[in-house]
Amino acid sequence: MSLVRQFLDMPNDSKQKTFIVALLLCLVCSVAVSAAAVALKPVQDTNKLLDKKRNILQIAGLEQPGKSVEEAFQQVEAKVVDLQTGDYVDGVNADTFDARAASVDPKQNVVLTKEQDIASIKRRAKYATVYLVKDAQGKVEKLILPIHGYGLWSTLYGFLALKGDANTVVGMGFYEHAETPGLGGEVDNPAWKDLWKDKQVFNANGEVALRVMKGAAPAGDPKAVHEIDALSGATLTSRGVDNLVHFWMGENGFAPYLQKFRTNPQGGGV
Amino acid sequence: MSLSPEARKVLTEPLIGNNPITLQILGICSALAVTSSMKTALLMAVGLTTVTAFSNAFISAVRNHTPGSIRIIVQMTIIASLVIVVDQLMKAYAFSTAKQLSVFVGLIITNCIVMGRAEAYAMQNPPGISFLDGIGNGLGYSIILVGVAFVRELFGAGSLFGYELLTLTKHGGWYTPNSLLLLPPSAFFLIGLLIWIIRTKYPAQQEVHDFKIHEKHGLGNR
Repeated sequence: MSLVRQFLDMPNDSKQKTFIVALLLCLVCSVAVSAAAVALKPVQDTNKLLDKKRNILQIAGLEQPGKSVEEAFQQVEAKVVDLQTGDYVDGVNADTFDARAASVDPKQNVVLTKEQDIASIKRRAKYATVYLVKDAQGKVEKLILPIHGYGLWSTLYGFLALKGDANTVVGMGFYEHAETPGLGGEVDNPAWKDLWKDKQVFNANGEVALRVMKGAAPAGDPKAVHEIDALSGATLTSRGVDNLVHFWMGENGFAPYLQKFRTNPQGGGV
Repeated sequence: MSLSPEARKVLTEPLIGNNPITLQILGICSALAVTSSMKTALLMAVGLTTVTAFSNAFISAVRNHTPGSIRIIVQMTIIASLVIVVDQLMKAYAFSTAKQLSVFVGLIITNCIVMGRAEAYAMQNPPGISFLDGIGNGLGYSIILVGVAFVRELFGAGSLFGYELLTLTKHGGWYTPNSLLLLPPSAFFLIGLLIWIIRTKYPAQQEVHDFKIHEKHGLGNR
């Protein structure tokens, strides 16, 4: 106790006391902050998962009034796809597979070459989780694909929902990003997201034709089915969105899967 | 209520008489940003009040042993830790609203009200009364925030807490919302009007002019 007394009696502005106070303060504060972060992590993770599910439902237009997210999510079937071959993967639990963790695991990822990497993500997981919504006959009505890529400041994580023809867009949206609020952050603007509805991803030759561009063709123009007006004041974010859609719809993304899906719309793949 | 006169003073005075926003003109930045809906304004108000109260109490508790040379850093560290804890709590228990508040919770650290009260009050007074001072100032901030959010959400979106009160024309009703109110500049107008009203009612709050513009005389026709 005498040590504590001695410390308290030191003159406030002595060098020793300044150091000891700074050290003690840092210790106490860091313990408080890390305790809060560790203790609240499980609750936060549940929230994040719920938020992701809510976003999937929103983007695919599956929300049902009066039903909780978990209940409404029952109609969605999650499956893991091998992006290279386009086949479904058995033996991987779709509910627990984490593509983001897999993309940094050397055993589970593919490093992209500079030419391939138009979305600036450097590497992607070998597998991806896709979400299917089937009608009463078991035919796929909606297909929801995870997409991500670099915008201006951050990686944008979101989903692109397609109709059963694997071409017409049902909706698009991001559930995680850190773009500038008011500029790039407008990717969350419902009015802008509405522009994506009923656009066509592929043209008659099967090439990715969907573009986010300045001065998109007006409605009625034959090109309008492929063009989405970019966000004003957010050139780089818009370009990032354009790139990531091209990447994920292209050869290194979901193209092999979508090809197999189209030949067998009952469920696609094998 | 058996509050001492001093306690009553620090609790009620910041509400109107010495309001941090309308008199001290502190914390305007977040008042513009988070008042477009009642939900975000209320969560932000709770967050700031909690941080101000606890930072005041902790800073006051160590005030007699804080070396003057690192005083501000000590205050900042305590405030920053509290803000992180509050941010973590919000992410755990009010996720979707916390997502809308995004960067503004973190920015409580730089909110002048918190630092201002720490430096002006907590450094000179014991922890208990400093805690109440933090609550009082937090409430003063909250009143303005919630008041501004009330006007902005009701007339900008026709709703309160997301419940539609004035039926919008796009839903077949009669009310066409004034979407200017959903944009941050409208809060400037509202806070300006509030300051005008309060200072007309309490002329003691009016500031003395630093400079007086001279009458034009004796200068000839230059």
